[in-house]
Amino acid sequence: MQTDLVSIDINAIVDAMADDLASQMKQKGVDKPLMIGVHTGGLWIAEKLHQKLALSKPLGEIDISFYRDDFTRIGLNPKVKPSRMPCDVEGEHIILVDDVLFTGRTVRAALNEIFDYGRPDSVTLVVLVDRGARELPLHADIVGLKLDLSPKKQVKLTGPVPLALETNRID
Amino acid sequence: MSPSKQPASTSFKAPDSSRLQLDEQGRLRHFLTTEGLSKDTLIEIMDAAESFSSVGNQAVKKVPVLRGKTIVNLFFENSTRTRTTFELAAKRLSADVINLNIATSAAAKGESILDTIRNLEAMHADMFVVRHSDSGAAHFIARHVAPHVSVINAGDGQHAHPTQAMLDMFTIRRVKKQFTNLKVAIIGDILHSRVARSQIHALNTLGAKEVRVIAPKTLLPSDTNSLGVHVYGDLKTGLKGVDVIVMLRLQRERMSGALLPSEHEYFQCFGLTEEKLAYAKPDVMVMHPGPINRGVEMDAAVADGKLSVILQQVANGIAVRMAVMTLTLGPNRTVIDADNY
Repeated sequence: MQTDLVSIDINAIVDAMADDLASQMKQKGVDKPLMIGVHTGGLWIAEKLHQKLALSKPLGEIDISFYRDDFTRIGLNPKVKPSRMPCDVEGEHIILVDDVLFTGRTVRAALNEIFDYGRPDSVTLVVLVDRGARELPLHADIVGLKLDLSPKKQVKLTGPVPLALETNRID
Repeated sequence: MSPSKQPASTSFKAPDSSRLQLDEQGRLRHFLTTEGLSKDTLIEIMDAAESFSSVGNQAVKKVPVLRGKTIVNLFFENSTRTRTTFELAAKRLSADVINLNIATSAAAKGESILDTIRNLEAMHADMFVVRHSDSGAAHFIARHVAPHVSVINAGDGQHAHPTQAMLDMFTIRRVKKQFTNLKVAIIGDILHSRVARSQIHALNTLGAKEVRVIAPKTLLPSDTNSLGVHVYGDLKTGLKGVDVIVMLRLQRERMSGALLPSEHEYFQCFGLTEEKLAYAKPDVMVMHPGPINRGVEMDAAVADGKLSVILQQVANGIAVRMAVMTLTLGPNRTVIDADNY
């Protein structure tokens, strides 16, 4: 397996994402959104965005392991973490943050989990990287970086300090 | 064999327990006893329970992990609490649950255990949760089920009650954070207690500093010395410096005759009161697997007091049972990279 570092300035990308997000929220008339990060990489990005935007509601975190569609094939992810929802999602405007948007299955699972906590008014999807090769009809509202990779390549965010992006080739 | 006819000192040993419980990769396939399981496995169960504990906070208290699986609660002996928490655990995992009270069902009509099992397998059951008054019943069933079926021991005779022991370990870990500095006292009817046996094995595996049993001689099993515990016959001495107190229920229904003078006298010597509680550490936690005989094992003031974690034990029982069900039923063969999904 060959590992390459993607040489980009993640902090600069996150800054730009925060600006984008702020203006989109303003446009939609949302002033107190509830941000939720997906374990583990999505949460790292969400922490940065949450801080930059100085959001008043505490950050939520979800681990989508229990909502995956491949449990019968691969079983329980041994590193599964508890989900923490700091307040009611009923009627909230949710900002869902993940690190890499690939097949779309994580987002599908995350949406299912969020809806088991209540019915939000809206969900905005924010991702650091959109690497293409979608398998479900989903798109992100805010994308930090677009990468056009073959399905055989993996992108991984490592961190939390420092945050870095690596690509692996699966042969 | 009815429980009262069972020799009181029986210590059930299943030499192939760990081989039976684990698959070729060393993963849990059945959960029959805490004896012989590695520290890593016990920690894995507690970690998974930790993650399942947030499900109870959802508006929809369900995750789709075991959707489409069929779990049969096979209760040859009554137990409302244990059956209810297993049922709730299975339902929160989105499995389909069937409750069979065999005492009032097929066995009464003369069907053998194995015939019952074969019939349920023909109905595509994926898991049996077994409670039986005979030690070794769950092992027996685990040895004979189809390869895809898992068995969880929900209490067999005087042998083991591993999910109760693990929910107690989980409760201790949540409060005390670790095991290595802990002195734990298990008090009461050790002889008839499958809970005590499973707890002692788990505490020793997890590296507890000291495990004590405090009981009248007549309520100690003959093999106490081989269990790795310190025995105390006096409650006050035994409680000194203890971090965790585990009270056991006096199993009146399993006692045959003269093991106890009277419940009143038992309470005088071994009942936990606020006065006796003062001999333990000030931040001691008080546990009881339930159901409590108030005024026999402990005072109501202790059971309802601020050191008591008895109701947390019940809530934790659901998360621990969800964890055990998921770990045994999931193929869990490959560690996948959650970031590339």
